[in-house]
This record gives sequence, C-alpha cells and structure tokens, in this order.
Amino acid sequence: MMAVRSAALRPAARTSWLERLNQEVLLTGFLVILVAILTAVRPDFLSKQSVASMLLDSSHLIVAAVGMTLVIVAGGIDISVGSMLAMCAVVGGILARDGTPPELAMLAIVLTGTVLGFVNGALVIWGGIPSIIVSLGMLSILRGGVVLLTGGSWIQHLPEGFYIGQRAVLGIPVPILTAVIVLTLAALWMRYSPLGRQVYAVGANRDAARLTGINVKGIQLMTFVINGTLVGLAALIFATRFSAIQTNAGVGFELQVITAAVVGGVSILGGAGTVLGAALGGLLLNVIGKGMIFLRVSAYWLLAVQGALILLAVVVDIWRKRRLGEL
Amino acid sequence: MTLSRAPTSVTWRRYLNQENILLLTLLVIILVLSRLSDRFFTSANLLNQTRLFAEVGLMALPMTLVIITGGIDLSVSSAFGWSAVMLGVAWGVWGLPLWAAIGVSLFTGLVGGLFNGWIVARIKVPPLITTLATLAIYRGMAYGISQGKPVSGYPDWFEVFGQGSIGPLPTQFVLLIVLTLVVGLFLARTPWGRFIYAIGSNAEAARFSGIPVQRILLSIYAFSGLMAGLASVVFVSRVTTTRADAGIGLELDVIAAVVLGGTSIYGGKGTIFGTILGLVTIALLRNGLSLAGVKGDATVVVIGAVLIVAVFVNRLLRGEKSDAR
Repeated sequence: MMAVRSAALRPAARTSWLERLNQEVLLTGFLVILVAILTAVRPDFLSKQSVASMLLDSSHLIVAAVGMTLVIVAGGIDISVGSMLAMCAVVGGILARDGTPPELAMLAIVLTGTVLGFVNGALVIWGGIPSIIVSLGMLSILRGGVVLLTGGSWIQHLPEGFYIGQRAVLGIPVPILTAVIVLTLAALWMRYSPLGRQVYAVGANRDAARLTGINVKGIQLMTFVINGTLVGLAALIFATRFSAIQTNAGVGFELQVITAAVVGGVSILGGAGTVLGAALGGLLLNVIGKGMIFLRVSAYWLLAVQGALILLAVVVDIWRKRRLGEL
Repeated sequence: MTLSRAPTSVTWRRYLNQENILLLTLLVIILVLSRLSDRFFTSANLLNQTRLFAEVGLMALPMTLVIITGGIDLSVSSAFGWSAVMLGVAWGVWGLPLWAAIGVSLFTGLVGGLFNGWIVARIKVPPLITTLATLAIYRGMAYGISQGKPVSGYPDWFEVFGQGSIGPLPTQFVLLIVLTLVVGLFLARTPWGRFIYAIGSNAEAARFSGIPVQRILLSIYAFSGLMAGLASVVFVSRVTTTRADAGIGLELDVIAAVVLGGTSIYGGKGTIFGTILGLVTIALLRNGLSLAGVKGDATVVVIGAVLIVAVFVNRLLRGEKSDAR
C-alpha cells in the first residue's frame, strides 16, 4: 500500500515488458489463437450461424459485465446479479402477462434492476455492511422471492410486442446491438468523463480520493445503481429472447459475470480495469463454452474451467503487481 | 471511544452484546414457535433437528476461525459437494472398501481447504475472490467427476454417522458437541487461538510480533476443507445417496450462523459459543417456519435477510467503522 502507485514517478528504465502488456491485447491475442485452433479442428466453428449464436449468447453477459466492472473497480463486489437478473425478468414478465403494455413492462424490467442496485448500494454505503455480505444475502433473498412470485412456474404466452430480444435492427439482433452500444458508451464514459475517472480514484485509494474532494460514498452508490440498471438491461435482452421466463434463469450468472470482469483485467483489489477487457473476458468465456461443445468435452466440466479461469486471472494480476512493485 | 460516552450508558452497553441479545431472541423464538405448533417443543423434533443441522454446524466451527482472521470461505458448500461425490465415486466406481472411501472423502475436503489456504496465505489473493473461484472449481469437480450420476446403495453400517445414535443422542450431534468443545477450547484457551484473533485485528502487527501468520492461515483454511469433508460424510450417511449438487447454497447458512453469533465480518472478534447460538437460532427459524407451513423458498429469503441484519446490528453494537465496500 505504501509503494508508489503512479508509473510516472518511476524511472523510465524500469518500464518492463510486464507494464506494456495490457490485458486487452493479451486477451485479444489469446482469443484469436483459441478460435484459430478450434476452427482448425472443427471448420464449422466459424460458420455464420455459430458466430451469430456466440455473439448472441455473449450479449447479456457483456452488458452485465460492464456494470460489474464499475462495482469492482470502485472496490466492491456484487454476487447477487444472477438472482437480480431473474427478479427483473419475472417482474416484467408478470406485468406483461397481466395486461400491462409491453413497452411499460420492458421499462419495468430495467427499472427493477435500478431499484435493486440502489438497495444493494444503500445497504453497503449507509448500512456499513460489506458488499460481499449484502450481495450474498440478496442472492438468496431475490432467488427465493422469484420462486415465491411465480409459484415456481414459467411465465409464458406473453404479448408479441414483449419479445424485443428476437427482433433485429438493420439486420443486427437487438441484444447484440444493445451490448455494442452499452459497451461503447461505458468505455468512453469510464475513460474520458470526470465521473468515470473518479470511479478509478475511489477504487485505487479511498482516502486519497476523499482528500481530493471526491464524494467517495456517492461514487460507490452510483456504481451499484448503474450495475443494477445494466443487470436490468441484460435481463431485458435475455428474457425476451425466449418464449418462456424460467424461475431458475440466471442461476450461476454472477460467476460468469465476475469471471468475465476478472479475466478481462479488472483488478479485484479495485482501481484498475476496463469495460472493454471485461467484454473480451465475456466473449472468451463463451468461446470456451462453445469450444467445449464442439470438441465434445462434457459440459459438466464447464464450471470447473470457469473457476480455474478466475483464479488464474487473479493470481496473474497479483503476481504482475508484485513484480511491478505496486504491492 | 468509550471515554466520550456517559458512564451509565457504559454499564448498560456491557450487557447489550450480541450473545445476550441472541439468547433473548432465541427465547422469544422458542416461545412463539411452541405456540404456533405443539409438535415443535418435543424432544423428538428437537433431536431430529440436530441431525439436520450438524452438517452446517461442523462447517460453522472452522468458518468462525476463518472469519475471525478477517477472511471468508465461500467454497465450503462446494468442497462439501465434491467430497460427497468422491465418497460415492471411490466406493461405487473405483470399488474401494467403504472405510477407504470415507478416507478419500475427508482427504478431498482437506485438499480443497489446503488449496484455498495456499492461495490465500502464500500468493496473498484476497480470500473472497479465492474462495469464490474455488466455489466454482470444486462444484465443477463434483459435476465433472460424477458426470451428474448419483451413487447410492450403501451398506447398512454406514448409516451410523447420519442416522445412528449414541445413547439417546444422534451420532452427528455427539460429533458436533465434541468438536465444538475442542475448537472452542482451542480458540479461547491456547496461544494459537489468541494468534488467530491477533491476525484478524492486525495481520501486519501479528507478523511483526513473530506470529507465523501464513502457517496459521493455511491450517485454518485446510481445517475448513477437512470439516466440509467430514460434514459430507455425515450427509451421505444421512441421505444415503451422493449427488453432485449436494449442499448448493449451504455456505449461506454457515456464514449466517457465524455472523449471527457475533463474529465480526471485519475480523478480530468472535466466539465459538456465539456461533453455536447463531446455529441454534437459524436451525429453529428454519424448523419453525417449516412447521408453520412456510415454504422452503420463503425460508431462504428469511435466512438471507437475517445474514444482512445480523452484520448490521453487529456493527452498530460495537460501534465499528462504517466505511464498508
């Protein structure tokens, strides 16, 4: 903690290859190699249909991973996003089923996420409860709530206008378009806006951020609210892709989202990482999952692979920081 | 901080600790529950409850130590599931004798715990993300190794751990009592126990005082894994089948029991006695709610809320820092 964090204060001679290798470049390279190998073994891996389904399956993960990036960069964590996704989808589904206009029901999906994100954030900021405890509790509260709301049965036969996830604009499916827009806006906002920079400042050094006059608690609350809203958006483009909303939607989703972020170079210690990295991490996760199916590896191993990826990414991150003298 | 408080409120606050509040809450719960259902306050029901909750209890003991050091172990439920699967695989697929399969199961838990401990203590990865990753890895091992196939048909003598009795008491209840005493005395009465508190209060200071921080952390996480293995043996013996999804979500009950018992999530404070009170409270809550006809899904909602409220109250009572993240 005492070590100098800023690279600018270090002599130029000490800039090592470690510093120049950023996670986005590394991940892109790894993705390309992986796709090349998979295509060599199974040429149909890069078929139009296969690529389209991979992008479609990654879209809600990428939207949620953008939100998770904000939360983790600011120094928190949210492991309730899987249950949150289900709760958002179910609230919207029930409203649509009971005759609410589809547009309002879709808006309700996103706003439910905003409210739930605010609740998590408020409990952390004003309750003084660590985010891991808040979100561990919310993980089961919301999952139980979903089952109670639906009675455990699927929500089906919704009005035609509700299924926005099945539509396309200019030939691009709405989920993919949404992911691209969210990613672009978030990447620009995190990099260039004062608020975006403050998120990094809060995560890198809380006390220093406070002393520079940054509203630390406000920023942190904001990350939770944005995260909730984006989980709501993810729920919107995910739940409207299929004809039924299931109560076990999003079980284990939190692990995918956190894997995407952490593998994408978002530091679990806070203060570092980009949404682009997180999106690449999400894409990688789906390529690996699809690759396992193409190579006929039992899907039962997927969870173990996912966990190993998280651990590997975190260990490499910490090792790199230690080599650079930041830890 | 106590200096600024009026003397009268100091004496008042002395009795307002988590354990006393919990004892009172327990009394209220017992009164309400025995009103709600006449089946509740019978020795048959209560003893049966100890069967259901011994597994959570066995994992809550090491979890108390883990949380006192300022860490957390989210992976216990997965280590539990993996150990259970290994018991089934060793006996049903490899054809090992059952006693050896039990050994394999305990060993699996130990390996899982040692791995956590190694990553946390040596590589210094935060426990939260370490055990979140191994939560996925160990559950993935359970699914991958078993390929989702359950194993059942264990011999009758194996039922002794989960369904047998020693005198009037269920076997696993006796096991839990003995281990509670051992761990409780270890924590409260040995230098090693004091070291654990020291690490939780200030790991840096502990290291400079010559406390072998890394070795203690490694042992505690290893112990947590081993106990998850032991709990899984009891579980398999109780339900007589091993499935890869055994114990999913159990970490919630375990962690809730510990923090409800007053162990500070920030580390440095907590007792085994508190954890046992927390465990009993959660057990009674679950039992009472199900006797009152509340469905399992609502129970999960209640336990989740209890977890959050417990940490909040805990912090208020101690006047701890509010700068959470």
